[in-house]
Amino acid sequence: MIDLDDTDRALLRALALDGTLSAGELGRRFGLSQPAAWRRVRRLEEAGVFAGRRPDVDRAALGFGVTVFLGVKLATKGRVSLEDFERAVQAIPEVQVVQHVLGLFDYRLRVVARDIADFERVLRRRIMTLPGVGNLEANVLLTEERRPGPLG
Amino acid sequence: MSIDDTDRRILRHWLAEPDLPRADLAARAGVTTATLWRRLDRLRESGVIRAERAVIDWRRLGYEVEVSLRFTLDKTYPRAFDEFLDQAREVPEVVGVETFLGRVDVRLNVIARDMAHWQEIYRARILTLPHISDIEALMLVSTIKETEALPL
Repeated sequence: MIDLDDTDRALLRALALDGTLSAGELGRRFGLSQPAAWRRVRRLEEAGVFAGRRPDVDRAALGFGVTVFLGVKLATKGRVSLEDFERAVQAIPEVQVVQHVLGLFDYRLRVVARDIADFERVLRRRIMTLPGVGNLEANVLLTEERRPGPLG
Repeated sequence: MSIDDTDRRILRHWLAEPDLPRADLAARAGVTTATLWRRLDRLRESGVIRAERAVIDWRRLGYEVEVSLRFTLDKTYPRAFDEFLDQAREVPEVVGVETFLGRVDVRLNVIARDMAHWQEIYRARILTLPHISDIEALMLVSTIKETEALPL
């Protein structure tokens, strides 16, 4: 595990808001030379802490006005049924996130759709036909916010 | 702003593989790099692209536990949402906040170093949040798919 100092944490906080900041810009902001900032960012990347960039887009402006989180409980359990379900669910283009969880459900899915009618189509034709699906619970996303997390 | 087929093609490839070098992205979308930069700038200026954020791998920083906490709030109190959300944002280990229409009102994504640390956060920082009427926890086992890709 990598040890971070205050400057590393400040760099990560800045990158978590804007992952496209150059070493020059980061250096100016935190009182580092451009090569020193570059070396620190590179070290965070090599340690796998800075694990790439995630686009944040206005899905509604692109025609995807509805995001739904689905809790899925499998009707049948066992290694084979988990693998079958996982393989099939990943292939659905409207499913952006698949998480295996412990608790009330077995899986959490984030599903995007153009509108509620489109969501119903995805749900009926794609999700409810997945192998092993038992109970489902849908919650429509209203707002989402990413927080910086424990970076000091 | 109006989004044309070229924008959609660029966004489709970029959202599916955000870490692709810009030259490769341009080739995949069938545009010149100059066009790519111009289109991305325009999408950013119009707010379709809000940001490109660094993905932080919390496991690499020693946070082994991730829990999705689903809350039902006491809606008889008119400011329940605002007061709950304001205080939840003060908890450093909360890395995501989502609100929903459905059986669940709010979801908090919480990370912890280990189960002892989790228990400490849960008792001292989560159960003390205001206006909670019910909590359910889903513990993350693994993330099988996570993408911002859209079926454009």
